[in-house]
Amino acid sequence: MKKNWLVLLVLVFTMSMILAACGEEKTGEKKDNDKGTDKLAADQTLNVNIRSEPPSLNPALATDTTSGAVLNQTFEGLMRVNQEGKVEEAMAESYEVSDDGLTYTFKIREGAKWSNGDPVTAKDFEYAWKWVLDPANVDTDYAYQLYMIKGAEAAKEKGGSLDDVAVKAEDDQTLVVELEQATAYFLELTAFYTFFPVNASVVEANPNWAQDQSENYVTNGPFLMESWKHKDEIVLKKNPDYWDADTVKLETIKMVMIEEENTAKQMYDKGELDWLGSPTDSIPLAAIPSYKKDDVLNISPLAGVYYYAFNTEAEPFNNVNIRKAFAMAINRQGIVDNITQAEQAPAMALVPPSIFEENAEGYFKDNDLEEAKKLMEKGLEELGLSEMPTIKLSYNTSEAHAAIAQAVQDMWKKGLEVDVELHNEEWGVYLDSMGAGDFQVGRMGWLADFNDAINFLEIFESVGGNNYTNWENAEYQGLLKESRAETDVAAREDLLRKAEDIFMEELPLAPIYFYTNVWTNKDKVKNIEVSPLGLVQYKWGYIAEE
Amino acid sequence: MARYLLKRIGYILVSLLFIITITFGLMKLAPGGPFTSERKTSPAIERQMQEAYGLNDPIHEQYFNYLISAAKFDFGPSFKYEGQEVTDIIKRSFPYSLLLGLEAIFIALAFGVLFGTIAAIRHNKASDYTVMVIAILGISVPSFVMATILQFIFSMKLSLLPIARFESFAHTILPAFALATTPLAFIARLMRSSMLEVLNADYIKTAKSKGLSERVVIYKHGLRNAILPVVSYLGPLVAGILTGSFIIEKIFGIPGLGREFVESVTNRDYTVIMGTTVFFSVLLLISILVVDLIYGWIDPRIKLANKGANS
Repeated sequence: MKKNWLVLLVLVFTMSMILAACGEEKTGEKKDNDKGTDKLAADQTLNVNIRSEPPSLNPALATDTTSGAVLNQTFEGLMRVNQEGKVEEAMAESYEVSDDGLTYTFKIREGAKWSNGDPVTAKDFEYAWKWVLDPANVDTDYAYQLYMIKGAEAAKEKGGSLDDVAVKAEDDQTLVVELEQATAYFLELTAFYTFFPVNASVVEANPNWAQDQSENYVTNGPFLMESWKHKDEIVLKKNPDYWDADTVKLETIKMVMIEEENTAKQMYDKGELDWLGSPTDSIPLAAIPSYKKDDVLNISPLAGVYYYAFNTEAEPFNNVNIRKAFAMAINRQGIVDNITQAEQAPAMALVPPSIFEENAEGYFKDNDLEEAKKLMEKGLEELGLSEMPTIKLSYNTSEAHAAIAQAVQDMWKKGLEVDVELHNEEWGVYLDSMGAGDFQVGRMGWLADFNDAINFLEIFESVGGNNYTNWENAEYQGLLKESRAETDVAAREDLLRKAEDIFMEELPLAPIYFYTNVWTNKDKVKNIEVSPLGLVQYKWGYIAEE
Repeated sequence: MARYLLKRIGYILVSLLFIITITFGLMKLAPGGPFTSERKTSPAIERQMQEAYGLNDPIHEQYFNYLISAAKFDFGPSFKYEGQEVTDIIKRSFPYSLLLGLEAIFIALAFGVLFGTIAAIRHNKASDYTVMVIAILGISVPSFVMATILQFIFSMKLSLLPIARFESFAHTILPAFALATTPLAFIARLMRSSMLEVLNADYIKTAKSKGLSERVVIYKHGLRNAILPVVSYLGPLVAGILTGSFIIEKIFGIPGLGREFVESVTNRDYTVIMGTTVFFSVLLLISILVVDLIYGWIDPRIKLANKGANS
């Protein structure tokens, strides 16, 4: 009998050793700060994780960041946002804007080629954009991105003719676009994937051209697709015929699809991946502190806001003072420091500071309990209530959302003496109940598609769509409308800022924090661009000799 | 025998009809739809999509259309992955799950039966207890914990095997073992108890007193009878393992069917939900049938033709 106990003991012991080993602290590599050793390595291969299968690699149908991360390398629009965040010419060699800001004339780059050897022409752009706007092509969720073009919305939604869409290839080299209203960010938008050209003759002949890697997957960007194993791996290689091929140093980009964060982290630690984290993937929350300690964590702002929407139609959040009280009683710094941990900026405004710089300060003080209590009393009085009923706080199922909701529950309980009930739902169910207005306070987030405040302000222009708060304001709508007609940049910004002032005075939502890009990469990986819009560009990247 | 088979296939078809109907109902009842997304598109565009995918048709029409296409094994394109046919998705992801599953079943069966038999023969001895402690651990440690521990030891610390992905035989070893642990432990326990029972039976005593060697008695006379409970456990196990495990596939980054199965529900990808469900059900029902046939072959006392309905 004694022997058996021994066996058991040994087993338990081994087990505990295995478990103990799991908790062991990782010693990451040091970040070397001298940038002298920038010689190119012989092997220009970059290994990254894009997490999941891109839902569509047809630029007209893509709507998500994973597809965007591939498309931005394989295709190129009229313009491209460069490393300094400036819009520069890409497929367009030059452009002219009319004085009223309504007509854009693009000259397509001479010698720009598709991967099958065809020249890239203005007709390809006209074809691609009209394809998106053709009501016969469903699944083009992002068609509305093109609605500033004259006649676009009418053609897609109101039975207008595609011939009336004001985009015209005057000849192979000249593309003329007329806009409905002067749009300050139109040039930047032409760098977005919905505006990418497609090879008209290939697409015409093969409706399924973008389904797989094949000779029909004809592209015009700095990289070509070499293989696409669905749900597994995409391999890109350098496009030797790209007009700016001299700039492109990377020969191969291997994009694997590993969904599990911890697996990706282990692969990174083992050197199987060169990049871990934003924008195509994320670092496991638990690993952030140790990377931070080793000083290998890179953090850059991401134009997006995480917020709690109030249902402004139902008591008690129909009262502005109550909304303000709840918003002020949140300790954002605490949430950012202890839960999300990626140096997100506490948000006391709607538009991220990467767009409106002064919003780093915000409209009110973070965690202002005194003011919150005063407002709460005032609000209760206005509503004729003696005390606050129990509040329901909804969020979709996720570890991070749950942790934040629990923290906020505690803050409201302690600060405002309000009982908060947490309510989580699976994503699809959650969007449904938010849309139906079946919530009091609900978590949401928004990431910008282009670097302009209108991205955030527009959501709340009218009820419905992405505005779950049921809040509308005539003055606010007026200001946005005015801003669309305003061609002067400073005056336009002023109008948008006024609109935000109204929004923050009414406060139909409690902003929590502005997102950040968080990643770590191997020292040898240089010059890869992560934009505040969560786009990644490998065009300028290279592998330095170690 | 032919009549029995026909009858069983009839039952399979009826079960399938029930499964399809219930899944269809649940799917339509679940809030949200394939076009719900964080970024709402304009209502007009959404209407166009609903129309194009036939989601505006009356529900009974959708149901019958669905039944017809299921009968033809043509489920249409996925909603989420533009243009990819459901049959293509199943075709490309099933081989991964199949290979991994076969490997796991092989491991579970080989080691499970071996361990169970050893434990039974050395009843109440040290090796019996060791095997049973391992078995208890195997059953109680969830596969995803096992997967992470295996990854940690064999890939991170010892650098013997790759961490994840599915590119060579070496890549399959860890996920196959992680997948096999629970069934292995279960089979070992099943095998041990039924072997113990069999070893005490009269005919074994007869065989022994005839002077047959221990080995012949156990492997020829004992094993054949003792393995029956394991065989009946194999039916659902095979179907379950071959269609892939969501967690194992996710941890090891394997593009298998198990992930499609679960993710399609999250995405409300109606066509993929129905496709994978029908595929899984067919596999399950067929493997149960096969297990029943194997039963008759191992144990001639079980007369299939007479048994019929109550299987």
